[in-house]
Amino acid sequence: MTARILILGIGNVLWADEGFGVRCVEELAQTYAFGPEVKLLDGGTQGLYLLPFLEDVDTLLVFDAVDYGLEPGTLKIVEDDEVPSFMGAKKMSLHQTGFQDVLATAELKGICPERLILIGCQPEELEDYGGGLRDIVAAQIAPAIEIALEKLRALGVAFELGQTPTNDLADPSIMRGAYEDGRPSEEEACRIGDDRFLPQV
Amino acid sequence: MVSTPNGFDLDNTGKRIVVDPVTRIEGHMRCEVNVDEQGVIRNAVSTGTMWRGLEVILKGRDPRDAWAFTERICGVCTGTHALTSVRAVEDALGIQIPDNANSIRNIMQLNLQIHDHIVHFYHLHALDWVNPVNALKADPKATSELQQMVSPSHPLSSPGYFRDVQNRLKKFVESGQLGLFKNGYWDNPAYKLPPEADLMATTHYLEALDLQKEVVKVHTIFGGKNPHPNWLVGGVPCPINVDGVGGVGAINMERLNMVESIINKCIEFNKNVYVPDVIAIGGFYKNWLYGGGLSSKACLAYGDIPENANDFSAEQLHLPRGAIINGDLSTVYDVDPRDPEQVQEFVDHSWYEYGEPGKGLHPWDGETSPKFELGPNAKGTRTNIKELDEGAKYSWIKAPRWKGHAMEVGPLARYIVGYAKGHEEITDQVNGLLRTMDLPVDALFSTLGRTAARALESEYCGRLQKHFFDKLVTNIKNGDSSTANVEKWDPSTWPAEAKGVGMTEAPRGALGHWIKIKDGRIENYQCVVPTTWNGSPRDAAGNIGAFEASLLNTPMERPEEPVEILRTLHSFDPCLACSTHVMSPDGDELTTVKVR
Repeated sequence: MTARILILGIGNVLWADEGFGVRCVEELAQTYAFGPEVKLLDGGTQGLYLLPFLEDVDTLLVFDAVDYGLEPGTLKIVEDDEVPSFMGAKKMSLHQTGFQDVLATAELKGICPERLILIGCQPEELEDYGGGLRDIVAAQIAPAIEIALEKLRALGVAFELGQTPTNDLADPSIMRGAYEDGRPSEEEACRIGDDRFLPQV
Repeated sequence: MVSTPNGFDLDNTGKRIVVDPVTRIEGHMRCEVNVDEQGVIRNAVSTGTMWRGLEVILKGRDPRDAWAFTERICGVCTGTHALTSVRAVEDALGIQIPDNANSIRNIMQLNLQIHDHIVHFYHLHALDWVNPVNALKADPKATSELQQMVSPSHPLSSPGYFRDVQNRLKKFVESGQLGLFKNGYWDNPAYKLPPEADLMATTHYLEALDLQKEVVKVHTIFGGKNPHPNWLVGGVPCPINVDGVGGVGAINMERLNMVESIINKCIEFNKNVYVPDVIAIGGFYKNWLYGGGLSSKACLAYGDIPENANDFSAEQLHLPRGAIINGDLSTVYDVDPRDPEQVQEFVDHSWYEYGEPGKGLHPWDGETSPKFELGPNAKGTRTNIKELDEGAKYSWIKAPRWKGHAMEVGPLARYIVGYAKGHEEITDQVNGLLRTMDLPVDALFSTLGRTAARALESEYCGRLQKHFFDKLVTNIKNGDSSTANVEKWDPSTWPAEAKGVGMTEAPRGALGHWIKIKDGRIENYQCVVPTTWNGSPRDAAGNIGAFEASLLNTPMERPEEPVEILRTLHSFDPCLACSTHVMSPDGDELTTVKVR
């Protein structure tokens, strides 16, 4: 039987580069056609509520924005046993605690997928509520997808250019294009964050 | 010593303890308390540490899409925000939803209540009372006997079952992957359970995970997908076709049967596991009746779960609406979210400005203009605050007030309002619980009261879910398969200007969205969320908020191990960020505690 694969994007699309993971999965669904053994999922910041999706999955591939203290836009690939600790390497947002808990809980329940692959991207900007991906991070979507495809190919997963129709992505109103194009102007909507984190403002 | 207008004495001369789940940009909540020489909390300061400007990012968007944005505010209350949002838009535009949509929305909202309450108790709150490490010492046979005594009808109770779980747990702990249970204060004397009760509760933690997996399917069925189910202004986005077989999307009999079976599983779990656990665990903490705070003085509930579509009058709501003030339970006031004098937000102690001190703004006229400044008595720097000055601005959370009163919201507030109104089911449940535990009514006004109210509510919501399921099926069988009203879908049918309000009872309390629409676009959008009510800072008059009030007069076993503070704050089920432990930069799970 073919291995079952879950490709998961996590993060909050409302927090600028935090949306990286979700946007990768979105793009993947629009550019490649996968068979029924592959599930593409926008996990948002659902934390523990994602646990049921890990059941009966052999390989979990996660796209996420993760802070490794690298240059913005740097991709970092981590596999298997290293994934849980890397996800906590430097915590950026709510969903990371959540997802580390998910993996630990999956372990406790004996349902943790055999293969774990994390494709992380170093964000440039997070403190921009309502903002979209910064250029340097958006530019990493395609390379991140290339890496994912390479990993999937090595696992014997079949795919081709095309589209994967799925219900499991964001509502069209907050898909990347609509979300970023529909943003109110700075005059209309204050973008100033907490200056403890934004000392430059 | 200062006495607040809402009846609390504050003394900030003692040792200051800072409990801050903040790392770098993380965390929505921090709390600082002063303890006296006996380690009793005499002053409490609760602050929201993160700017959340959801309101401003919605400006200019299509009102019909607002739910999809609000669904992303929080990783837990997704559906409730979406429901509140579509209600606000429907209210503004005068859109009436069909009966089936009302039943389906109620089932989804009740499903979320039950789901959230169970997850909160077992996965976010239990570790404040239950010690999973101590569970390793339990005798499985004695645990089995305890289980059969606590809940005779629960089928999973054999010694072998508990032994298996204990072995799994042992393996997990020994593998060094403490993960979930890392950084608990496991040798703190505040933990009172015998090992057998710890093992029983830890086992149910795992059973709750199995249930959770089932529960969310209801959202997939009615919302088309999960996480992030779809919502629709005017109804629900799922067509009904009971005769259909295996069709994509449409609700057929097969799916309805699945919903019914999930509802029944929840009812069973509440009856056999959740409620008995709360009673059993609570029994070991009967002397720990701290944490009541505002609950005995001022409670607010908007009410929810309308029996009939589009009728939000108080007597038609299954979850009660009302306000109690000044500790007078004999009078329950009705709540009108449109009245500019009722719900108002103040910012005298919040990092915003209205340009006029002491001014409160109704959410329709709400403003969100940040102004970050520290008071003269604050310690540290703007980027690294050591100690807040609660005499000045000290929180990113605004201070909502109802007719000027600081209010508690949430399951306990709903239950106190229901009890005060003589709501039949709620009164019976509460009296039954107090009788079983041999406690007076006053025991409700406590941290444990909050935790117990949530369990009772989960049970009640299960029954309501069944009621609305039956109602839905009857209506469909009578030939009504309508699920949406799209008459006013097209913006050309809308007035040039409109305003509306949507209210729900989110699992953690009263939630309101206020919207103003102009020329088909969102002109202003304000959310007043439950954690804003409960976590509110002081107002101009000096009234303290619910979190702050709840911590007062609580003795701490070890001030450097804030079990008691976490216990009480967690009992409110604050938003995800504050209800979980957080990570330090080197990956350790951690809540920073500083004693100064």
